[in-house]
Amino acid sequence: MAERAEPVLPARTGWPLLPVLRRMAAMPLRDPFAFTGLLIYVLFMLVALFADQLAPLDPLEILFTKAGKLAANVPPSLDFPLGTTNLGRDIYAQLVHGTRSALAVGLSAAIIVAIVGTVVGLVAGYFGGMADAVLMRIADMALSLPFLPFVIVLTGFLGASTSNIVLAVALLLWPNSARVIRSQVLTLRERAYVEAARVTGASSWRILFVHIAPNILPLSFVYAAIAIGWAIITEASVSFLGFGDSESVSWGYMLQDAFSSQALSRGQYAWFVPPGVCIILVVVAGFFISRGYEEVFMPRLRGR
Amino acid sequence: MKLVLERFTHNALALLAVTTILFFMFRLMPGTPLAAFINENLNADQQQAMLEQFGLDRPMWQQYFIYLGNLLQGEFGLSFFQRRPVLNILLEVLPNSLILTLASLIIAYIFGVLAGAWLAWRRGSWIERVAVPAVLATRAAPEFWIGMVLLALLSFNAGWFPSGGASSPGLAYTNNWQRIVSWDYLHHLALPVLTLALYLQGLPLLLMRSNMLEVMHEEFVTMARMKGFSEWRIVINHAARNALLPVVTAFALGVGLSMGGNVVIETVFSWPGIGRLLVQAVSVHDYPLAQGAFLMIALVLALMNFVADLLYMVLDPRVSHGRKG
Repeated sequence: MAERAEPVLPARTGWPLLPVLRRMAAMPLRDPFAFTGLLIYVLFMLVALFADQLAPLDPLEILFTKAGKLAANVPPSLDFPLGTTNLGRDIYAQLVHGTRSALAVGLSAAIIVAIVGTVVGLVAGYFGGMADAVLMRIADMALSLPFLPFVIVLTGFLGASTSNIVLAVALLLWPNSARVIRSQVLTLRERAYVEAARVTGASSWRILFVHIAPNILPLSFVYAAIAIGWAIITEASVSFLGFGDSESVSWGYMLQDAFSSQALSRGQYAWFVPPGVCIILVVVAGFFISRGYEEVFMPRLRGR
Repeated sequence: MKLVLERFTHNALALLAVTTILFFMFRLMPGTPLAAFINENLNADQQQAMLEQFGLDRPMWQQYFIYLGNLLQGEFGLSFFQRRPVLNILLEVLPNSLILTLASLIIAYIFGVLAGAWLAWRRGSWIERVAVPAVLATRAAPEFWIGMVLLALLSFNAGWFPSGGASSPGLAYTNNWQRIVSWDYLHHLALPVLTLALYLQGLPLLLMRSNMLEVMHEEFVTMARMKGFSEWRIVINHAARNALLPVVTAFALGVGLSMGGNVVIETVFSWPGIGRLLVQAVSVHDYPLAQGAFLMIALVLALMNFVADLLYMVLDPRVSHGRKG
C-alpha cells in the first residue's frame, strides 16, 4: 500500500524528451492509419536493404535471350517479372534498386528539413525580435518561389545530380516547418513550467533545448514525414523532365525512360505503372504517419 | 484599405525578392552569360567590346538595377536561340497555360466541393473509409504519372484523344480566339485538363470535408436545428456557405501554385505553355528565356497570393474588422 502512496512523476523531474519519445513510439499502435504508414516504410526499407538479394540482375545490364538476341521489350515472365525495356534491361531490377535512390533522396531531404526547420523555428519563436524578423522574412522569400520551376532552374544550371535536387527541395521546404514550429514555441514559451525554469535561473539555451525542444519533436517528425514524400515526387518530376541524375536508377528515371521510349503507345503497362504505384505508396505512408501524429499530439484535430 | 495596401506591399516585396534571387542565381552560373553569344573566332578585344556593349563590364550592383529597370518596362531581353524578344514568346504561350490551369481548377473545385460536402454528410460510412484514402492517393501520385497512365489508356489504347500538342497539323485560324474555341483545340485540351483536375480535386475535397465537419458543430448550426429547419436546408444554407470560405481562398492560391506544377503536365502532353517553355529553355541553356518564363510564373503566383488575401478579407469580415491593420 505504501508504494501506491508515492506517485511516479517522470515527466516533471526527468528530461521530458524520454516520455515524448515513448509516446511517439507508442502512437502507431493507437492509430491504424499511422500503423499502415509505418509498415509501408519498413517494407520499402527492407527492399532497399536487400535489393541485391531480391533482384540479382544489374538494373542497367543489357540482357540477351537464350538464342543470343537482344532481350528487348520482353513481356513479363518468370525470368523477367515485369518484362524488359526497349534496350533489354530488367524492369523488376530497376524497380527494386530504384527503392534505394528514392529512400536516399527522401530521407536526406527530410533530415535537412527537420533540422533546419526545427532550429529556425525554435530560435525565431523563443528569442523573437530581430532574429525572428529576419528569419521569417527569409522564410517568406523561400515560400514565394514557384516550387518545381525553382528546382528545375537550380538543377538545370548547377548540374543534374541527386544532391542538388535534395538541396533545392530542402531550400524550399524548411519554411513550412519553421513557421509552424515557431508558432508552437510562442505558446510553449508562456507556459508555467517554462516560467518556473526561468525563475530557478536556467539559461535561455537550457530552457530552449531541455524544456521546449522535446515538446515540438512530434511536429518536426510530422514535417519530416511529409518532406520524404515531397522529395521523392520532386526527384521523380525532375528526372522525368530530363534534369535527373544520369548515374542513378530511380523511379523517376524509369518513368522518363518509359515515356521517351514509347512504352505508352506499345501499352507496356508493366514498365510505367509499378514505379508510379511505389511513389504513391511512399507518399501516402507519409500522409498517414503525419495524420496519426497530428491526432495524438494536436488533440484539437482529433475525431475529424 | 490600409490592410489591402499592406498585403500588396508584402506580395510585391516577395516578388522583388524572387527577381533578386533569380538575378544572382543566373549570374553565379558557371561561365559568362555571353558564352552562348560569343563566337570563338573573336579575339580578346572584340570579346571585351561585346561585354561592354551588353553592359557586362559594369559592377554587379549596377547591372542589377539596370535589370530591374528593364523588367519594369517589360524588357525581358532576347532569347539566345529564337533570337526574338522573350516577352513576345512568353505572351504567345501564356494563354495556353492559363486556359489549362483555369479549366482544370474549375472542374476540380466544383467536383471537390460537392464530393467533399457529400462525404462529410456520409461521415462514418464505408464509402468514406474507401474514398478518403483513394483521394489521398490521387494527391500522392506524381502529376505526370497520372498523365502517362491516362495517355496510355485513353489516347493510345482507346484512341479517344490526341496524344499531344494543342492543335492538329495543317489547321490555320484567322485569329487566336477562333483557334481557342475550335473543336480541335478543345479536343487537345481535354486530356491535360482531366489529368490536372484529377490531381487537383483532392485539396478542395478534403478541405471542404473537414470544414463541413467543423462547421456542423458550430452554435449557429445547432441554432438552426433548434429552429426546426430540415437537415438539407441546414447543410446547404448554413453549413456549406461557411465551409466554402477557405475553399474560395484556396482556389486563388491554387491558380498560382498549379502554374508552377504545370511544368510536368505540359511536358507530358507537349502542351505549348509556359512550363514547357521553361523546361526547353533550361535544357538548351537559353538563359534570358528561362529567366523570363520563371519570372512570369512567379508573377502569376504573387498576383494570385494577393487575390487570395483580398478574397479572404472580403469573405471573412473577422479578418478585416478584428485585426488592426
